[in-house]
Amino acid sequence: MKTVNQKAWLLILPVVVCVAFSAILPLMTVVNYSVQDIISPERRVFVGTEWFKAVMRDDDLQGALWRQIGFSFSVLLVEIPLGIALALSMPAKGWQASAVLVIVAISLLIPWNVVGTIWQIYGRTDIGLLGATLEKLGIDYSYTGNSIDAWLTVLVMDVWHWTPLVALLCYAGLRAIPDAYYQAASIDGASKFAVFRYIQLPKLRGVLVIAVLLRFMDSFMIYTEPFVLTGGGPGNATTFLSQYLTQKAVGQFDLGPAAAFSLIYFLIILLLSFVLYNWMLRVGTAEKAGGTHG
Amino acid sequence: MARIELDLAHAYKPAPRSDDDYALLPLKMDFEDGGAYALLGPSGCGKTTLLNAISGLIKPSQGSVKFDGKDVTALTPQQRNIAQVFQFPVIYDTMTVAENLAFPLKNRRVPAERIKQRVGQIAEMLELSGQLGQRAAGLAADAKQKISLGRGLVREDVKAVLFDEPLTVIDPHLKWQLRRKLKQIHHELKLTLVYVTHDQVEALTFADQVVVMERGRTVQVGSADELFERPTHTFVGHFIGSPGMNFLKARWNGRGIEVAGHTLSTQTSPALLAAAADFTLGVRPEYVSLVESGDPTALPVEVTQLQDVGTYKLLTARIGNEILRVRLDPHLAGPERGAQVWLKVTGAHTCYYGADQRLLADANPALAARVNA
Repeated sequence: MKTVNQKAWLLILPVVVCVAFSAILPLMTVVNYSVQDIISPERRVFVGTEWFKAVMRDDDLQGALWRQIGFSFSVLLVEIPLGIALALSMPAKGWQASAVLVIVAISLLIPWNVVGTIWQIYGRTDIGLLGATLEKLGIDYSYTGNSIDAWLTVLVMDVWHWTPLVALLCYAGLRAIPDAYYQAASIDGASKFAVFRYIQLPKLRGVLVIAVLLRFMDSFMIYTEPFVLTGGGPGNATTFLSQYLTQKAVGQFDLGPAAAFSLIYFLIILLLSFVLYNWMLRVGTAEKAGGTHG
Repeated sequence: MARIELDLAHAYKPAPRSDDDYALLPLKMDFEDGGAYALLGPSGCGKTTLLNAISGLIKPSQGSVKFDGKDVTALTPQQRNIAQVFQFPVIYDTMTVAENLAFPLKNRRVPAERIKQRVGQIAEMLELSGQLGQRAAGLAADAKQKISLGRGLVREDVKAVLFDEPLTVIDPHLKWQLRRKLKQIHHELKLTLVYVTHDQVEALTFADQVVVMERGRTVQVGSADELFERPTHTFVGHFIGSPGMNFLKARWNGRGIEVAGHTLSTQTSPALLAAAADFTLGVRPEYVSLVESGDPTALPVEVTQLQDVGTYKLLTARIGNEILRVRLDPHLAGPERGAQVWLKVTGAHTCYYGADQRLLADANPALAARVNA
């Protein structure tokens, strides 16, 4: 007979309280707002799923969602290959390695709104180096006037800010590959590309899963940089989801729709991350599972 | 297949000054074509450095490496056309076993038909035929190590196969299987094999010739029998054998060998021992035996310990400051702890070492003749 001591539950009580206070209750508050119409602190009406329906039908929001998805996948498409390439070209040993690591990591230390400000000035055609140079080259560049320019500027800014993170992760992954692999490859007469394709890339899979997820989630939540740089404009070319949400919740004080939208936003990130994670993991395990029947 | 001639030294630091700066002190060594060699020594003795100098993974800081008389010092491992198996199995995770085996041939642009044939042959030899279609990543360590070896063997013109402690990560019960496989391959393909290990059993069972190394030097090159019977250096006596050779401080007192105040008779030429004056007497625990008290070739000792190791009993005894270890028949009762017994130490198998720790030349002509024969 097993004796069950139910008092053990008391041991996890502090954690339950902390998590409830910091995560579950705030989330429930959002759920609460999302199903009510709050007219004034005293008057509220239960509206069921009405806000959800309204939000889903909102054209502006759908526009922001597609922009967001486009932006996040562009970020991944640029930052992941660029990060790998950077990591491959970084020195492995000696003082050069330390120096390069520090230089590469600098952009990661800069706060988001400072990054926005830096690029806001950098891209100005009157006093900014980038803007003025482009103008001198005869390119009609304006992140405040042209929506493609604005969108590209936000993308380049994100690449500038976050590619080093991918590079550092890949660099760590590369350093973890034992020398014997390179030696064996050299004895086998493998080309540089074969070494990358058959040794480095497979060994980087673990860190790449992390890098892709981090960059996906982070870029999907991007707010500060476009807010500082363009304020979401011109028009709404750089109005991404979180910006749209903030306009709704804080600007117009539409708490109901904003709360409903927050939940949908949360679910989208969860779903896409889940799909990405499982897909990347399957790419690896399919290779392993293939061994049992082959 | 190739005869390998080494005449080199290597230091990882630039501008080495003292002997300690060298990973490999200057050495000259030849590996015969088709021979099986082992480089044996404790960690950090330079055996892996020597192996990498042969394979071309490092370029010796001085001297040269020759394959069949051709200087290959400046060539890469690929150009030298050697195969190397590392301590940890190196396989290409995303490839199948067959693709792994085919990889070196593919890189050398061998026709597909020929690749298929070679991979089939090698897989057959290594007993991997059933797993050719599997992903290599999912296999056990011993199968992976066989793949590493197979990637070397698929090249027909491979000059030598080098092993860097290849059995370290293999389960003990699979080690002997793999070792037997290696011997079999050596017999079938007549390749030059060089095998680095710190395990004397591995070295002695695998190789025709064992190179014993210590601190960047080669101490002795010989067959298992030579290393056991006639260690030319006290290090070899100590390192080979389990337990290692007994060493007793001795001197020639005009009448015989004096050990701990006791005089022993010997068949060894008195002139040689007299010339050395102070020397070290070395005798393997296997060749020390219990004898009648008063035997002129024996020492009176006090038993300090008797351990039953299973296949033999290990007796530890003391005389003065000297310790003696003896292997005894496990079926005999053996003396009690604290008992006084006589142990025979001088005889045909006893070796004598000078102040430089080296064997005194031809201390026993009869045995020297037997070993050289």
